[in-house]
Amino acid sequence: MQISLTNHSPRTIHWLRYAAPQAFVPLADRLIPWLFSVAALLVIAGLYIGLLRAPTDFQQGDAYRIIFIHVPAAWLSMVIYVVMAFWSGVGLVLNTRLSAMMASALAPTGALFTFLALLTGALWGKPTWGAWWVWDARLTSELILLFLYIGFMALQAAIADPRRADRAGAVVALVGVVNVPVIYFSVQWWNTLHQGSSVSLRSAPTMATLMLQGMLIMTLALWAYAAGAVLQRLRAIVLERERHADWVQHYLGARV
Amino acid sequence: MLTALLLVIRRDLLLSFRRRTDVLGTLVFFIIVCTLFPLGVGPEPEMLRTLAPGVLWVAALLASTLALHRLFGADQADGTLEQMLLSPVPLALIVVGKVVAHWLVSGLPLVLLTPLLALQFGLDGSATTALALSLLIGTPVLSLVGAIGAALTLEVRGGGVLIALLVLPLYAPVLIFGAGAASSAVATGEVAAAPGVFGAQADANFLLLAGLLAAAAALAPWATASALRISLE
Repeated sequence: MQISLTNHSPRTIHWLRYAAPQAFVPLADRLIPWLFSVAALLVIAGLYIGLLRAPTDFQQGDAYRIIFIHVPAAWLSMVIYVVMAFWSGVGLVLNTRLSAMMASALAPTGALFTFLALLTGALWGKPTWGAWWVWDARLTSELILLFLYIGFMALQAAIADPRRADRAGAVVALVGVVNVPVIYFSVQWWNTLHQGSSVSLRSAPTMATLMLQGMLIMTLALWAYAAGAVLQRLRAIVLERERHADWVQHYLGARV
Repeated sequence: MLTALLLVIRRDLLLSFRRRTDVLGTLVFFIIVCTLFPLGVGPEPEMLRTLAPGVLWVAALLASTLALHRLFGADQADGTLEQMLLSPVPLALIVVGKVVAHWLVSGLPLVLLTPLLALQFGLDGSATTALALSLLIGTPVLSLVGAIGAALTLEVRGGGVLIALLVLPLYAPVLIFGAGAASSAVATGEVAAAPGVFGAQADANFLLLAGLLAAAAALAPWATASALRISLE
């Protein structure tokens, strides 16, 4: 199904046309399989390097291998929150529908990675630190980040009117993103003021090249997965919100 | 402008005075939560002295969250809030007035009650002063930040729980610096003659807490005003 949009705009702002839902959905249809395939291939490569090829750490043994999931997930959990706040801001200022939907599509994936980072951290902490959980600055701020994601999703779920939910969520995301650095530093100072942390992530030995390669490949893999999953969710949100529009009927009719 | 601010404060104070049970309810809740902790962890004076700042602070956090729905709820129900949105006075200014009034009836009483509870937890004079002072600087931040949550959850299903979910994570820095200031003062009191007013660590925490108050006072009213516009559009 070809959606014909007037094509008289200069080339420079050509990409803006994908801000329109009816142009976005076919684009997402084309991108999603690619993103998921790239993610699958990179996960296989990254896990092969990480689990089979990378040398065993002389201090932590094989337990360290969880970082191939843990570190990319933790990075993504923070990046996604910032991206979510960015699209919320764009949606609030420019009043574009797709930006706000993008923010709501990002939240569950961000929460998933935050949870994953906490879970893998706990699994790594038990053999390495001897405790499932310590009130380390990073762990605590990651946990608060999870609460922020949950608050955002709960608020959007509780408001019936989608437009109001979009904008209320945008305010929460922006207030949250202002607070994230404050929370991070306060938690860090809290920890250092109370007692010196007996365990530190910073004292980890410098990494072997293979370890670094594995981690970077896994990072790219999770990024690709996150992009694919977010686009998939965004596509579903767009189709649901616009289900009464003509183009959705045409689009769905053409696909059957 | 200033008269409008004073009028909003005066009106809200008068309304709270007419509904005294609400205010007393928050206060009694604060006392009850503080009373439950010794029952839960045991009566050892040494441990209670260490726990006291954290316990009072968490109880203040919860009590303030509990009171938030009153901030805009009644005005929204009888349509006053919509009139406020239509008035020529900047909405952020009206928000400031309402937050100040709300703090005077829900935050300040907690500060005034602190010496009594500190006595029960066995804190000495300087630690009590530090704790009350930290609550005096910190509770306005709770009201300011909480107002954003209260404005966003107007007329929302399950609003009460939702406010707590939205606002409590944002309270984390206030809790850290507030309780941190008070508990460093408790610790310094035992060492005695540390530099600074309550000891260097406590002073650092007080300054950070005051910084949070300044930032919240500058930013939160705008966020609350735009949240109110979204909720009532």
